[in-house]
Amino acid sequence: MGKYVIQRVLQMFVIIWIAGFIVFTLMYMMPGDPAKILLGNDATESTILAKRAELGLDASYVEQLASFMYHAFVRFDFGYSWSYGVPVMQELLVRLPRTLFIGVSAMVLNVLLGTWLGVFAATHRGKWQDSLTMVIAMVFISVPDFWLALMCVLFFSINLGWLPAYGIDGPLSYVLPILSSAVAGIAINARQGRSSMLEVIHADFISTARAKGQKESVIVRKHMLPNAMMPIITGVGGGLAMVVAGSPIMESVFSIPGVGAYLLVGINLRDRPIVLACVVFFAVFTSVAILLMDLCYAFLDPRIKAQYAAKKVG
Amino acid sequence: MKSDTFPEAKTMKSDTFPEAKTMKHVAFLDVKNLEVIYTQNKRTVRAVNHVSFQLDRGQTLGLVGETGAGKTTIAKACMGILPTPPARILNGEIWLDAENILEIPKEKMLRIRGKKIAMVFQDPMTALNPLQTIGEQILEVIELHNAVSRHEGLKRAGQMLELVGIPAARHVEYPHQFSGGMKQRVVIAMALACDPELLLADEPTTALDVTIQAQVLELIKGLREKLNTAMILITHDLGVVAEICDKVAVIYAGQIIESGSKEDIFDRPAHPYTIGLFQSLPRLTAAEKWLKPIEGMPPDPTDLPDGCSFHPRCPYASKECALAEPDCIEIGTGHFCRCTKWMEVRTCQMHP
Ligand SMILES: Nc1ncnc2c1ncn2[C@@H]1O[C@H](COP(=O)(O)OP(=O)(O)OP(=O)(O)O)[C@@H](O)[C@H]1O
Ligand SMILES: [Mg+2]
Repeated sequence: MGKYVIQRVLQMFVIIWIAGFIVFTLMYMMPGDPAKILLGNDATESTILAKRAELGLDASYVEQLASFMYHAFVRFDFGYSWSYGVPVMQELLVRLPRTLFIGVSAMVLNVLLGTWLGVFAATHRGKWQDSLTMVIAMVFISVPDFWLALMCVLFFSINLGWLPAYGIDGPLSYVLPILSSAVAGIAINARQGRSSMLEVIHADFISTARAKGQKESVIVRKHMLPNAMMPIITGVGGGLAMVVAGSPIMESVFSIPGVGAYLLVGINLRDRPIVLACVVFFAVFTSVAILLMDLCYAFLDPRIKAQYAAKKVG
Repeated sequence: MKSDTFPEAKTMKSDTFPEAKTMKHVAFLDVKNLEVIYTQNKRTVRAVNHVSFQLDRGQTLGLVGETGAGKTTIAKACMGILPTPPARILNGEIWLDAENILEIPKEKMLRIRGKKIAMVFQDPMTALNPLQTIGEQILEVIELHNAVSRHEGLKRAGQMLELVGIPAARHVEYPHQFSGGMKQRVVIAMALACDPELLLADEPTTALDVTIQAQVLELIKGLREKLNTAMILITHDLGVVAEICDKVAVIYAGQIIESGSKEDIFDRPAHPYTIGLFQSLPRLTAAEKWLKPIEGMPPDPTDLPDGCSFHPRCPYASKECALAEPDCIEIGTGHFCRCTKWMEVRTCQMHP
């Protein structure tokens, strides 16, 4: 098991490096001279050349790539923002907690609420509660989340005046962003939870538990849920990736100065250090999430655990 | 724990037995006119039709019949664990110890299941929760019905494992670490853990090799002697029936088409299906030409034939057989048969 974990962590590093490499190359190949763009149309040839030298753009592709990889992955330094001149890492660290907080909270909501709804629907299968839950879930899966976010703002902030519509003053400002990021995931988990519960509900070991004289509520908790949770856990990593990938849109809808919004700023300004830093952060975040979920899965399911233990030898 | 139920079961027997002779005999388990259907996509599977049988303490009833005949459904109904929906009990009463199982409140039924009635499930591969150790799973039933500490419970679980020939130390292992036959024995250990008074064993020996099978049968026999347990044994194996059953009921398309003592069924079968069942068995003593499988297929339970459900496959069938469902006729003491032509069938058997 331990060896497996190490192997997976190494794998993760390689994936993050590859992600960094690809994004760097794409940014490098973008048409247009960044120095020209930064300085505007009326810049002279000599100021442009000076700017290029300052940003290190006069070096070859390989040199630039090597310098980026070294600084980013060895010294955790993404350099200075081309447009603002402040260290990107410093800005990122300020923004990081906001995005992480929204992402992780949305994920917790996804899993808890989604699973609960799935269990609820499955235990009422065929009845109106089941149909209603599934119809609502389907609606929330189909609706684009930025639209939902705007509707939330309209309803809760403008009509009811309960919650702030944008900004980050106080914990209440996080309610709408978290909710809007979570809704689609909740709906997906509700459907997934329902179908894996239904699979488990008819399993023979449930009959066995009933034959022991066990209470239905305990059967759901001790026998059905743990088995039904397995597919949900596998989906958590991907779900988290989804929430984070949606963060640029969510953060701009709610004007939250997070990493997602930062990425948008970077793209708009062709500010390579900002874009690279944000993308590397997303890659790290998703890989860690998926790795954690895989390990969680292995830890909870003795069959998978046995497979991993066996891999140690092979 | 054992000493609680053990003398009780004995005294019960000696108390009720003489009484039973003088008064009207009340069987320990009395199933009356049971009718179960499954509804699936608007189709109705008539799984159990008008099934009645009695069983006394210490007796073993063998339920035999082809796959899909409704054997498991009968057993699950007796346990009160039919999945509803899709199953529905249309009719019938199941009296256990003068209480109708179908009317016992849920709460009270929880105390009966696992303790008074226990069941060994058909498929050992899927009958255990893959995420829990087997010790934990045996412990669950012990803790539900006995006021024991976790430690004592685990000790008891270990004893049960030893009883079925699995080292107690393996209680920390998960189901996937056991072979099919071992899982079957774990399931048996679980069913026996609280000394049941009625044991429903659904093909308990199919996954086992011959030596282990013999051991398991010994174990079950021992339980019957020690605790006077009543037992329903569901099996395809007529050899097993011959070895441990007192009574036999032959099921066809959800109906008991013949029932009686083991001798009645083995030596004097009267229903053409029962006769066919024995003839389809390879026997070492009989010549090859006697091996005759029953022709045709079991009927579609969503669309049972009119009249006698066996008539499309029956060599003795006539027009009347397709018209009315035959009654259950007592053709000898305690020997029942659902065939109007049983006399004719028997004459044919004696003078082929
Ligand atoms: N959950 C279910 N939903 C729908 N139909 C079912 C269900 N369980 C059983 N049936 C149907 O009920 C009939 C009787 O099934 P049952 O399991 O009692 O047969 P069985 O005699 O135990 O067969 P086997 O020897 O194969 O175990 C079959 O036709 C089967 O298809
Ligand atoms: Mg069966």
